[in-house]
Amino acid sequence: MQQTRTMEVGTGLFALLGIGALFFLTTQTTGNNDFDAEETFTVEARFDNVGSLKKRAPVSMSGVTIGRVTDIRFDSGSLEAVVSFVVDSQYDQIPDDSDASILTAGLLGSQYIGLTAGGSEFYLEDGSEVLFTQSAIVLENIIGKFLIGGPPQDEEE
Amino acid sequence: MFRDIYVTFQGFLRNFGAMCLFLLRLVQYTPSVLVKRFSLVTYQVYNAGALSIVIIMISGLFVGGVLGLQAYSNLERFNAEDTTGIFAGFALIKEIGPVITALLFAGRAGTSLASEIGLMKATDQLSAMEMMAVDPLRYVAVPRFLGGVISMPLLTAVFTTVGLLGAHLVAVELLGVDVGAYWQQLQSALDMEDVYEGIIKSVVFGIIASLLAVWEGYNSVPTAEGVGRATTRTVVITAIAVLVFDFMITAWIL
Repeated sequence: MQQTRTMEVGTGLFALLGIGALFFLTTQTTGNNDFDAEETFTVEARFDNVGSLKKRAPVSMSGVTIGRVTDIRFDSGSLEAVVSFVVDSQYDQIPDDSDASILTAGLLGSQYIGLTAGGSEFYLEDGSEVLFTQSAIVLENIIGKFLIGGPPQDEEE
Repeated sequence: MFRDIYVTFQGFLRNFGAMCLFLLRLVQYTPSVLVKRFSLVTYQVYNAGALSIVIIMISGLFVGGVLGLQAYSNLERFNAEDTTGIFAGFALIKEIGPVITALLFAGRAGTSLASEIGLMKATDQLSAMEMMAVDPLRYVAVPRFLGGVISMPLLTAVFTTVGLLGAHLVAVELLGVDVGAYWQQLQSALDMEDVYEGIIKSVVFGIIASLLAVWEGYNSVPTAEGVGRATTRTVVITAIAVLVFDFMITAWIL
């Protein structure tokens, strides 16, 4: 009897530890930077160069993730990259003249879209397009320009 | 000479095929054992899992600690010691946690399963069960197999968690990495998929290690020497199989 009890206590303790550890791994080690909203609206933006932007990259405003890139394709008509991204529906008061730029998290981090608020009284809605965009900064280009002709002051944007 | 190779190859195929059939029979009996004989499974979870927890935790602590040390001393050269957490986390969760736990499990629990079943066979206990119309596969093999399969993911999770804490201990407490940087960098770099990869690996390794241990014990030559050989073979084959499958799963997931 005594032995059965030790065994049961041991097994219970083991199972509890294991499940606790699994819980720790799944909740504490992964970031909640995964954007997860139930209702979203889709916005498009055209860039000359998207750099190494990828699908599922975050879209952030003031540093808060409010959306995610859903599609990146090339428009052979206008020779531009078209990026579609979804934004959480609760942020429905973003001015429609806001500026979208492709930024890099940290020096060598992954790229994301940063929105900077404009001053318009009209808001972005499903299917609208961000008109003011700034392409990704390609490190190689900057280094190249720096090596050849001093600081890149005449960059055409 | 070609004939020898052919015979060896044929023997390997026969062994391998018989093991696959053995696995299928284990899986076939699994539902009925889980429903009717659950206490047998619980006992094996205790035997394979709960009794392995001490070696798993101590190993995890030191493996995590050494990862923290190595990561720190190398990343320090690039002034990137804040990313020690990423290094230790990725290594532990995706590779080292599942693999070392499987190897330790093979050494601690696999050998005891193989030698226990082998000794049962050598002392004619399995034949005695058959005489009493008790299926030894159902009463001896399946509970041990299930006990291992249930224990492995839990042991891996414990190992990885303790390892992360060990790396934290070395990097943050001893070497002075910022505690916020350690965990925040880790959290922003790791995705749910990385944790799932570790869990998938631990489940697969659990099946491999338990199957091989039970199979080797069940098919050992019923002598003292045969049991010893079965125990050795369990460790050797499990180690090879785990490392090969680790490569295959990684290649498949990436």
